[in-house]
Amino acid sequence: MQTHKSGFISSIKAFVCDPFRMFGVVSLVLLLLLTIAPAKDYFSEWHGYQRQYLNIIRNRGDAITLRRHFEGGLHQIWIPQLGVVDRCETCHVGLTETSLADVKEQPFRAHPAMPHKLTEFGCVVCHRGQGGATTVNEAHHSEMAGEEPILPARYMESSCGQCHQGPLEGTPKLNRGRAMLSRYGCVSCHSISLPDGTKLEATDNPPPLTHIADKTTREWIYAWLKDPTSYSTSATMPNFALSDADASDISAFLIANSVPQPGDQVALPAQGHGPAADPAAGASLYGESFCASCHAAQNAAGNLVGGDLGPELTNVGTKVKPEWLLAWMRDPQKYDPATPMPQYRWTDAQLKVIAGYVQNKSNPDLLSNVHLQPATRAQIAHGKQLVTEYGCASCHEIRGVPKPDNFGPNLSRIGSKPVVQLVFLPDMEHSLPAYLTQKIREPRSFGSTFRMPRYNFTPSQVEAVTTALLSLTDRSYSLPLNLQVAAVRETKYQPAGQAGQIMTNLNCLSCHRINGHGGDMAPDLSWEGSSVQRPWLDEFLKNPNTLRPALIRRMPKFNLTDAERTTLTDYMMTVYQTSSFQRDEMPLTGYTPEQVEKGRQLFYSKYACQSCHMVNPNEDKGYIGPTLTKVGARLNAAWIFHYLKDPQAMRPGTIEPNQHMSDDDARALTAFLMAQKTGAGQGAK
Amino acid sequence: MQANPWIAGMLAVTVCAGCAHRQGTAPALKAKAAGAAIVVVSGDKQLGFTGALLAQPLVVQVNDDQGNAVPGALVAVTGPRGVAVDPAQVLTDDSGQATIKVMSRGSSGRYEVTATSQDAHGKAFTLAVAEYAAGYQEEVGSEVNGKYCSRCHDPESTTEQVSNYDNLSVKPHSFASGDAYNKFSDADLANIIARGGPAMNRSAQMPPYGWTLNKAEIQAAIAYIRLVSDPPYAAPGVVYAKH
Repeated sequence: MQTHKSGFISSIKAFVCDPFRMFGVVSLVLLLLLTIAPAKDYFSEWHGYQRQYLNIIRNRGDAITLRRHFEGGLHQIWIPQLGVVDRCETCHVGLTETSLADVKEQPFRAHPAMPHKLTEFGCVVCHRGQGGATTVNEAHHSEMAGEEPILPARYMESSCGQCHQGPLEGTPKLNRGRAMLSRYGCVSCHSISLPDGTKLEATDNPPPLTHIADKTTREWIYAWLKDPTSYSTSATMPNFALSDADASDISAFLIANSVPQPGDQVALPAQGHGPAADPAAGASLYGESFCASCHAAQNAAGNLVGGDLGPELTNVGTKVKPEWLLAWMRDPQKYDPATPMPQYRWTDAQLKVIAGYVQNKSNPDLLSNVHLQPATRAQIAHGKQLVTEYGCASCHEIRGVPKPDNFGPNLSRIGSKPVVQLVFLPDMEHSLPAYLTQKIREPRSFGSTFRMPRYNFTPSQVEAVTTALLSLTDRSYSLPLNLQVAAVRETKYQPAGQAGQIMTNLNCLSCHRINGHGGDMAPDLSWEGSSVQRPWLDEFLKNPNTLRPALIRRMPKFNLTDAERTTLTDYMMTVYQTSSFQRDEMPLTGYTPEQVEKGRQLFYSKYACQSCHMVNPNEDKGYIGPTLTKVGARLNAAWIFHYLKDPQAMRPGTIEPNQHMSDDDARALTAFLMAQKTGAGQGAK
Repeated sequence: MQANPWIAGMLAVTVCAGCAHRQGTAPALKAKAAGAAIVVVSGDKQLGFTGALLAQPLVVQVNDDQGNAVPGALVAVTGPRGVAVDPAQVLTDDSGQATIKVMSRGSSGRYEVTATSQDAHGKAFTLAVAEYAAGYQEEVGSEVNGKYCSRCHDPESTTEQVSNYDNLSVKPHSFASGDAYNKFSDADLANIIARGGPAMNRSAQMPPYGWTLNKAEIQAAIAYIRLVSDPPYAAPGVVYAKH
């Protein structure tokens, strides 16, 4: 031991005392140390990708251009206002090289066309992840506190929603998801507010339950609560997975809590039980009244046909009491003042026929297995407790149960919820989108005590809602205010006066939009007075014949009195006009045959309008757009001219393409169309 | 907490690309019967978003050499990398059919899912089913198609939307007909869409959309056309001038 130690010390001594040897060794060490930095650089991940890129482009025809664009080393986009420091381009070298369209492997793909410039927004604003990182793992996958993994491409539209608070042309999925948040009552329990302070509001119209015993039976409520989709496959009410006893108690409470409302039920006609049912007359009145514009029903093949503004009617006879149905059809606003259903002004004879027809849409099997014992006082009290616990009053109006505030967690910033704060199921991908998807699809899989109900969503609907939720991020609050694009908010417009009363009673705004308020099923009427001629409008309200043969959703006939019709027509012709042109700036008649002939040629050859429209009913076939056989007696010349010049300006969202027409062409076409007054194809070939 | 098996099953397809490997190790099933051919019943040529479950499951049927359905035949299903199938192995049910959930791959484009079964002699026979994975651009393109194009270009009518195809004197091509579209370059297609048929010496019944759609929407529509094209479209890469 001793000798070893002394040997070691002596060798150290010899070494230190020999300056030449010392110098040589230290130089060697220094040299080695100096190579560490370049070696680290050379063997770094990003350097590898850049070498790979150079290999890929070497043998291409555009190699010289690509090589000239290529610059080695770290790259960075720095945008202090947005808090962006993105080094993604270090590995994603060919992002802006459009000629790399055929290269499919990452990280070398060219970025597809996008509405914003890379240099103005960087990468992480849309893709998330850590822009500053220079390794794939840190940049894409980090789940550490304060960091977020990259957003899977299928949720990319959510990033647009950080600034654009309203519907965008390029984000169909986000638009759908946002509409669903309101349409399916998500926002009734979860409060969601946007960076500009506006709060999302529910657009569904859940019925008030205050008078529910007038309308339906306890057995139906029970069956509905157990599984809404067994009654109607398109039910928007979610499934609360209630036990038999709980569903029985809630149904008992709702019936016991209901107070009768005078006028909710009318005495049934004397003969037989229930309104007389004449299936043939019923079906034709159901068709004539265009009930299917709003209500869906299963046809013989089992397919749902009809709109989704009102509830599905496939089995409605099993649900409603005949005396209630008759009263409802006479005046729906009596039972539910907020209903979108119009008052149809059916005669008593018609009421009997239509109510009988609808009542016959039933399926007795639905309730055949429901046998409920009369409820005890304790069960009713338990029912009330359950109604409070499950937050039923968040959506429905229930007597004696106040609407709870902030029933579910606030979701205004859910899109930035850190992964470390989430509880995952075993075998589940650890990411926010995966968590949200599972939570929407199977809310109770996270624990049977959770109150959130299960919706009957398709995979693409789940994805849309997830996309909408992911758009609610912290970043949308921290971005500069001038980037925020507010949504066009629904106005509170209501037509006034006598005409306004008629329109409210007919619920015109359920389907038509006027001055920024109303539905989107039927045309916007804000400028109807500039568009149509008065005699046509009067005749149309008397007997709404269809303009678009291919549409199944159409305007119903309301049996208006002459006085009501005149009031409506006067009001619409006077009030609903555009300020962009005068409706009488072009004449309705008096166009020369030469002008009409020129228009005819343009119509059939240059613009091929007959592909979508009919002028000559014997020759033309197109039926995408409205029939134009009598358009000269329907529309104003000035409207036709301005519409041809820019269709989207006159009717936002119309699919008629803007043809960039010259004034001369538009004038000639207007002359030709104004000649079509009687439907005989005047001037047509 | 114990997740119930149904949820675990759903998770297996929703979760990650990694589960594709895990399913490979599932306990092997034993065939009870053997067929001679596999045919598609439904669920082929679906457009799904990248990395998402297809809306409809893939349903295939095993037939014997007489064309009768064979119950109890073993079908093994595989997809390319990144495509998850659930279950990867399944016995056909009483009607001779097997239902498989398919999760689109992570990058956009056409891909094929392969179903394999064995005949009585142990010889394998396969069926390749094409599906389409739509990225963001293709998805926007399919929206544009639904709103502006499909009424004329899709000859199929539904109760909700009646096709205008039969009313046109010059019939438009369905976007699936690759033979018609693959010979056009992206620039030519953009030209037709933006400036109408006459811009490329074709029918005026194709109107110009260049003043209605913006450039990104037109590009998206082209991306959609390229995606659903059959036979598939191959991007030309760099085109050299002929000397």
